Amino acid sequence: MIAAGAVPKIPRGVRLHWDHIRDRWVLLVPEKTIALDQIGHAIISKIDNHADFATLVARLATKYDAPDSQIAPDVSGFIETLAARRILEVL
Amino acid sequence: MKIPPPMAMLAELTHRCPLSCPYCSNPLELEQRSRELSTRDWVRVFQEAAQMGVLQLHLSGGEPASRRDLVQLVQAAQQAGLYTNLITSGIGLTKARLEELDRAGLDHVQLSLQGTDAQMADRIGGYKGGFDRKMEVAGWIGQIGFPLTLNCVLHRENLHQLPRALDMAQEMGARRIEVAIVQFYGWAMKNRDALMPTREQAREAEVIVAKAREVLKGQLMIDFVPADYHDDYPKRCMSGWGSVGLNVTPEGTVLPCHAAQTIKHLEFWSVKDRALSEVWYDSPAFNAYRGDAWMKEPCRSCERKHIDLGGCRCQALAISGDPAAADPVCIKSADHVKMMQLAQGTPGAAPAPLQYRAQPGKSPVRSDG
Ligand code: SF4
Ligand code: SF4
Repeated sequence: MIAAGAVPKIPRGVRLHWDHIRDRWVLLVPEKTIALDQIGHAIISKIDNHADFATLVARLATKYDAPDSQIAPDVSGFIETLAARRILEVL
Repeated sequence: MKIPPPMAMLAELTHRCPLSCPYCSNPLELEQRSRELSTRDWVRVFQEAAQMGVLQLHLSGGEPASRRDLVQLVQAAQQAGLYTNLITSGIGLTKARLEELDRAGLDHVQLSLQGTDAQMADRIGGYKGGFDRKMEVAGWIGQIGFPLTLNCVLHRENLHQLPRALDMAQEMGARRIEVAIVQFYGWAMKNRDALMPTREQAREAEVIVAKAREVLKGQLMIDFVPADYHDDYPKRCMSGWGSVGLNVTPEGTVLPCHAAQTIKHLEFWSVKDRALSEVWYDSPAFNAYRGDAWMKEPCRSCERKHIDLGGCRCQALAISGDPAAADPVCIKSADHVKMMQLAQGTPGAAPAPLQYRAQPGKSPVRSDG
């Protein structure tokens, strides 16, 4: 799990984009387009390159009215999967 | 069958290139500068592409930096809302020009690597001083902060340099490296004996990549295109003919894949005469191999037909003489043995001279071996 104080970042070259033809949010990254579901979009749009992981989880918990401890593993998993492919950074 | 809108477009801005790699995927008949689409044409095509659903634009060539209007084109692509990737050898890019591209909104750079030292790179690229120049360009790319992918085509002569290429990618600050074993179309076909890696080499590359993926997880993303000619089943080609991507040639012909013009009986349409969406949805060439109605045996009754879609049409034509045949990589193809023999090459044979890619309007040259 990502440490509470670590800061997830969206690096240059990664763009959140509304795909108006297919009516969905996508993440545009080098050589790939990643379709985002509602949760994925919520996580990405909360990343502001300043907030640490704990803060992000708290924001999402408020949004979805769920306890932090319940959503933290999913949020961490999502970010870590993208970080392993160098699409997100965790500093 | 409902035809999905395209996701990606490869714009071959020009066939001109300072390099002349013997595996270049440009066609044998290269387009002259005088026939290239104008800036206005390209801008229109980018806008149409974005309107019909294209998200990613790859600016390629030849060498896209050989187009004087490159910065303008990037700007237009950006304004159209496209994610814009520049595929370059680096030759023709100055620091000032890269800074202009940065301001124009270029999203990503893909830099090709012909070899990991000047001797290899300049021999393969057929261009003296090219390697040193490329390293300089890589430095500027890093300084500006463009996201970078290093792109290596591996073959018999340079496959042993793969470990060094992985190091270089990290030294350059690349987030990704694309490693592709040479595919045999166009110019590469003319150099098959010189370039075909041995089966052992191809295996070794797979092992190196698998190890590096573990060690470099989270540091370097490795995309690997293995040599399919040593496999039992083909890969899906272009994620499916006319279903995800399209190529536009320097003079505006729209292709389902870069080698599609080798299939002579297909009727290709051009953005000079029609809207891009008309070409995508209605042109005979795009509809020729959509779906599965075109398939023959053994594909027609095969349980894998919706997995690999019968493989590559151009490879089927090149080896079996019929673009609707099964990809000869497939063990069910009557030409599978022929394909295996081609892939074996002539073990222990002396290195063959390279036939370099020509320049538009000029005839090709050979190396001395
Ligand atoms: S493969 Fe080589 S010759 Fe062909 S366009 Fe790329 S750099 Fe130029
Ligand atoms: S027979 Fe055709 S569909 Fe079946 S695996 Fe071979 S190429 Fe693919």
